[in-house]
Amino acid sequence: MQGIRDRVAIVGMGCTKFGEHWDKSANDLIVDSFYEAIEDAGISPGDIQAAWIGTNSSGRRGSMLAYPLKLDYIPVTRVENACATGTDAMRNACYAVAAGIYDLVLVTGVEKLKDSGYAGLPLYPEVTTSQTDPPCPAPVQFALAATRYFHHYGLSFEEGKRILAQIAVKNHHNGTMSPKAHFHREITVEQAMKAPMVAWPLGLFDCCGVSDGSASAIIVRADLAPSFRKDYVLVKGLGIACGAREAQTRSDYDFVHFEENVRAAQSAYREAGIEDPRKEIAVAEVHDCFTITELIIYEDLGFSPRGGGPADVEAGTFTLEGEVAVNSDGGLKCFGHPIGASGIRMMYEVYKQLQGKADKRQLKEPRLGITHNLGGHPGWFTSAVSVLGRAD
Amino acid sequence: MAGIVSFGAYVPLHRLSKETDGWTASGERATANFDEDSLTMATAAALDCLQGLDRKQVDGLFFASTSSPYHEKEVAPLIATACDLREDIRTADFTSSLRAGTTALQAALDAVKAGSARNILVTTAEMRTAQPRSDTEAAMGDGAAAFLVGSDGVVAEVEMAFSLAHEIQDIWRSEGDAYMRTWEDRFIMDEGYFRSMMAAGQEVLKRAGVGAQDIARAAIYAPDSRRLTDISRRLGLDESTQVPAAILQQVGNTGTALAPMMLVAALEEAAPDQRLMVLNYGQGADALILRTTSALSQNGSRRGLKGHLGSKRVMPSYQQFLRWRGLLDVSPAARRPPLPVPSASAMYREQEQNIRFYGVKCRRCGTPQYPIQRVCAVCRTKDEFDPYRFSDKRATLFTYSMDYLGPTLDPPLVVSIIDFEGGGRSLIMMTDRDINEVKPGIPLELSFRLLHVVEGIHNYYWKCLPVRAS
Repeated sequence: MQGIRDRVAIVGMGCTKFGEHWDKSANDLIVDSFYEAIEDAGISPGDIQAAWIGTNSSGRRGSMLAYPLKLDYIPVTRVENACATGTDAMRNACYAVAAGIYDLVLVTGVEKLKDSGYAGLPLYPEVTTSQTDPPCPAPVQFALAATRYFHHYGLSFEEGKRILAQIAVKNHHNGTMSPKAHFHREITVEQAMKAPMVAWPLGLFDCCGVSDGSASAIIVRADLAPSFRKDYVLVKGLGIACGAREAQTRSDYDFVHFEENVRAAQSAYREAGIEDPRKEIAVAEVHDCFTITELIIYEDLGFSPRGGGPADVEAGTFTLEGEVAVNSDGGLKCFGHPIGASGIRMMYEVYKQLQGKADKRQLKEPRLGITHNLGGHPGWFTSAVSVLGRAD
Repeated sequence: MAGIVSFGAYVPLHRLSKETDGWTASGERATANFDEDSLTMATAAALDCLQGLDRKQVDGLFFASTSSPYHEKEVAPLIATACDLREDIRTADFTSSLRAGTTALQAALDAVKAGSARNILVTTAEMRTAQPRSDTEAAMGDGAAAFLVGSDGVVAEVEMAFSLAHEIQDIWRSEGDAYMRTWEDRFIMDEGYFRSMMAAGQEVLKRAGVGAQDIARAAIYAPDSRRLTDISRRLGLDESTQVPAAILQQVGNTGTALAPMMLVAALEEAAPDQRLMVLNYGQGADALILRTTSALSQNGSRRGLKGHLGSKRVMPSYQQFLRWRGLLDVSPAARRPPLPVPSASAMYREQEQNIRFYGVKCRRCGTPQYPIQRVCAVCRTKDEFDPYRFSDKRATLFTYSMDYLGPTLDPPLVVSIIDFEGGGRSLIMMTDRDINEVKPGIPLELSFRLLHVVEGIHNYYWKCLPVRAS
């Protein structure tokens, strides 16, 4: 197995502002992120040999990308893999280039959530069933983990909520420095703890927003990258793991860690040659759909020991000034989660950080960053980890 | 001789009582939860009746109620499936009459006597909706009773049965009527109730060759306590010792299920070799004389009526009751898409796991699993399973969430991960819970409930609840 390390590079990226785009369709968002990406790469639309579009529910078929961009009869594949949709579209694009089939490809993620008229995520077109499964929107699913995490580690409701609140406060703080984020407001621990309940024990500020957005990337063979730009970014590792619904069928599924995360990180770290993630990784854009998710991710991705997440939160380990900057751009908490776009939006932040172009939230010379997505239900997740690094 | 082999009952947990804000009637009224109906309560009573018995030996199931969830669709087969009975059984719904419970009981007795079935499970339940603030609403309660009728191990033999039909326009509900209608009270009581009940009661005593003083306990339908006292006296029965009115006072008028529930109460109190009387009303009357046998004392493992009455929860407000009955249309907490229509073919295909609540047990590694799998979740062996029933297993709560925005008439919606005794796990909704008592580790049992009604399809499934004290 050769793996993906150093075989493909990102030479251009684009990302729309994330938010409530009442004046823009999914097509508009695709055009905006795409043109920023090709201008960043210094290429024209005709240079693209193949494309991947990641979306959960904003369109079907490859043509949904070809139409707004008027691509010239090139192959386009639509990818869906829950909240890891964008990252999986990127993974497939990278593999096609690494396999030598293409030299230059496009990957775009998009989601238009705010036209549904409903609070929260729209219902996905599921397979018709007998409709006996409990209604389990995302807040409920992750609340199951929060309840168990508090119980397992003996945290009182107040103690647990205070830890989660600090994660929300950190991400909101980072978001104030992200012009493309949906939310730009500082919040306090007290505000977060006292917010209205959504799915107990998770309150309003434990949940990420619901937004529209799109992000795009231009991928080339690594040996061709220097001809596009000096500060290109190399793909170091890509890992995806899918659960088989263990949380609902096996009594040994503990709800205080997500095995999918552990496996996806292991395979990505192995490819990238990462041995001590806490020391080696400078920036991590992780899937903070809920504060409890980010807490568990610290432990699953090897930043904190098991049960050590709360102590690291208290110590400020994951702030911009800490050991690993987690969600330096504000994360899903501030960007919201337009499902197909999120994974590529995260890569956009890591790409900008590695290039030293992250403005007020710029970290000091980061060399290695990761992105992480987690979608579905506990035990039934798709988890994806990508590792990106500077070329020099 | 044919008779009652086993009996069971079900009384919903919730009560309208003097502590309920906005409820002014005297006494307590048992109130089905928003996810209960006559079908689910009949199932609960049937399962109570079958405690400790081999369900595969049951040859038939009769359901009796005026509040069947369907105008057209027999529901006895669904109850039989939830009870995990065989498929080669006789089923029937007895509806439209408050007398349907005793009519079903007599039909079951006749089938057993004729030898066309070894035994038949008769289950009767009622959950009628009355006009808010009406006298009828104040008197009505919800509940269920079930009897296994057979000829082996009989605890109460039926010595005599007598029925009469009496045409009168007293109580009726036509297609499209939300609530029952009645004619003027004095007319329907004098010319309907008392005339039929007196005639049937006196005749059955005469035919059995016994006097009122020979009856240890009588189960007599009456719309309220006052009328129960009245009919008892007219028949020469002492209302305080022979005709306890506890059910009317603590549960309410449970319609079709009332006299059967009173019979369960009588059987619970009776000693061997005592005479019991059943007198039931509805466009005529059914009257039965039973004699308990020495097997009666062995009927001890059920919750029965006593066990169910031992645990209750007072509803905080009359408004909550109206919301549960759909009489007060409350805006949901969050705007969400309409419920999808359940697929009839998927429901049909999945009835083993959804209605019988079967999972599988791996023959290789022994792990029980729900729902039904093709490949073992633990050892990954393909298609080597035995069927495994989860509906009668106790469980413990592993973790849970309380959804304050979820689609439920009783927020928050408690979604739980439960571990079954003996192995197996499920993601399942919790009902009949006090949110202050919900925490990891609490013991749970299962109950068959109504999930939702979409396009007229009543979709039933199992929920967990904290083990009910009894």
